[in-house]
Amino acid sequence: MSTQVKTSSPATGNKKRAAQPYSERARGERRLGWLLAGPAFVVMLAVTAYPIVQAAYDSLFNYRLTAPSEREFIGLGNYGVILTDFVWWRDLGVTLLITVVTVVVELILGFALALVMHKALKSVRGLLRTAILVPYGIITVVSAFAWFYAFDINSGYINNWFDWVPGVDPDLNWFAGTWSSLFVIMASEIWKTTPFISLLLLAGLAQVPDELTEAAEVDGATWWERMSRVILPNMKAAIMVAVLFRALDAFRIFDNVFIMTNGAFGTEVLSLLAYRTSISRLEIGMGSAVSVLLFICVLLICFIAIKLFKVDLAGARGSK
Amino acid sequence: MKNSSTKERVTWAVISVLVLLYALFPVASILATSFKQPSDLTTGKFLPTEWSTVNYEQILVGDAQGLFLSSLRNSIGIALIATFIAVVLATLCAYAIARLDFPGKKMILTTALAVSIFPVISIVTPLFNLWRNIGLYDTWPGLIIPYLSLTLPISIWTLAAFFRQIPWELEQAAQVDGATTWQAFRKAIVPLAAPGVFTTAIIAFFIAWNDFVYGISLTSTEAARPVPAALAFFTGASQFEEPTGAISAAAIIVTIPIVLLVLLFQRQIVSGLTQGAVKG
Repeated sequence: MSTQVKTSSPATGNKKRAAQPYSERARGERRLGWLLAGPAFVVMLAVTAYPIVQAAYDSLFNYRLTAPSEREFIGLGNYGVILTDFVWWRDLGVTLLITVVTVVVELILGFALALVMHKALKSVRGLLRTAILVPYGIITVVSAFAWFYAFDINSGYINNWFDWVPGVDPDLNWFAGTWSSLFVIMASEIWKTTPFISLLLLAGLAQVPDELTEAAEVDGATWWERMSRVILPNMKAAIMVAVLFRALDAFRIFDNVFIMTNGAFGTEVLSLLAYRTSISRLEIGMGSAVSVLLFICVLLICFIAIKLFKVDLAGARGSK
Repeated sequence: MKNSSTKERVTWAVISVLVLLYALFPVASILATSFKQPSDLTTGKFLPTEWSTVNYEQILVGDAQGLFLSSLRNSIGIALIATFIAVVLATLCAYAIARLDFPGKKMILTTALAVSIFPVISIVTPLFNLWRNIGLYDTWPGLIIPYLSLTLPISIWTLAAFFRQIPWELEQAAQVDGATTWQAFRKAIVPLAAPGVFTTAIIAFFIAWNDFVYGISLTSTEAARPVPAALAFFTGASQFEEPTGAISAAAIIVTIPIVLLVLLFQRQIVSGLTQGAVKG
């Protein structure tokens, strides 16, 4: 069964009008269309296309802000240095790990939450939806501090809460090890964004026709059969959009890592590598090369997602 | 029958409590920390042993006042202006997309999508260098311009989804009834479009308010540094004092109004976010 996300819209009527070629009306509409949409289009291009082209250019130079006079063209030299350095590959690994773990956990947790809200009694439905919007209103930096202080060896109380559990070290310094640091970083990320995923999936659930589920139930399908044969296939578009957009978000993770560990103990992610190279160490050439590589990674993720899952991104996101 | 509904009610009560705990725990955690005295910060207890407002005094009227209040002013001003520009441009753009037929419509939507997946850190490196050269580094416009890359795409998508649901025929009907074009637009369309524009503005404002990467990279002083960046670079009143309490108090001050705003307009925000993302 194909996705049923696309809805007809009142604007379809315009198609007929435009079918008369070169009519005065069509020409006027075309001009007005670009007049209204043009400024937004130009601004979007200016704030993204220009910087990435500039970054691509700068990445070809040995260019430090601390020694601008030594600036010289070195071709792809920066890329060679980065791609043969273990730091790049380690940071890529950490970034991919965070991406995969958070997206999988968020999807499972978010789907459970969406099912709960879908089935919820009217009396609590509003309350649940209100509650899960709270994380949305909190800025990521504040959430990062909240999680950091809870686990921090000095100010934290989490260790005290679990010291009755056998085998738990009450003096565990969470931010002195890779895995424990990553655990808190990912927990904070998951806490903040799972509600958004669950809202997307709830909207997807609402689009599954009730008749289909009821028919399956009458035919004696088990809960699992209904889920895997009827509900999930009908939500494919919503799930794909949620996965892809969260994956891209998680891949660009920065705030949580910066606040909690600043990349210490092997928790550095690619965004932090780019930030440190160009903004902290002022190595513009090298930093630009990292930025360009990061951009290419994001493009690759999109490309793979589109090919692998046959997502019509624009279609799924609402264009006709 | 009655029995099962009681059981059902208990189940839902338990589920609701769990969800509430999930959603509110970090807020409660930082709220509790914000009321601790410096000596109380290392006790390892969740609640303060003695409630104190010393942290709030420090950032609102005390030593850290200049640092916090200037960043608050920067955040509010910069986020509001960036939101305003984004919503005006996006409204015109989304109106054209929903209402008019012109070649390049799909390309504009695809561009918005591409801009929204752009890694912010890839944009910030060249901007850092350029802004230093042309004098936009550490200024309000120096943040407002890059914030458009965050706020414009989602504004266009959300508004286009809203505008597609408006029955534009109403406008013609009003004209048939004798209204002028402008009257028809204002009386029939504007009331239907306004809630969508308002919702979009709230969402765009949150996104600008939440920014961190631009904030720490493109500013260096109190002239333009927004709240999230200021929190990250906050140091205690003296070098021996941990800023934990002050940061928590500042975090609460910037969180409570936004959370209230979300709760107040939750219905609109949910429909805006999900419509922009899932359907058209």
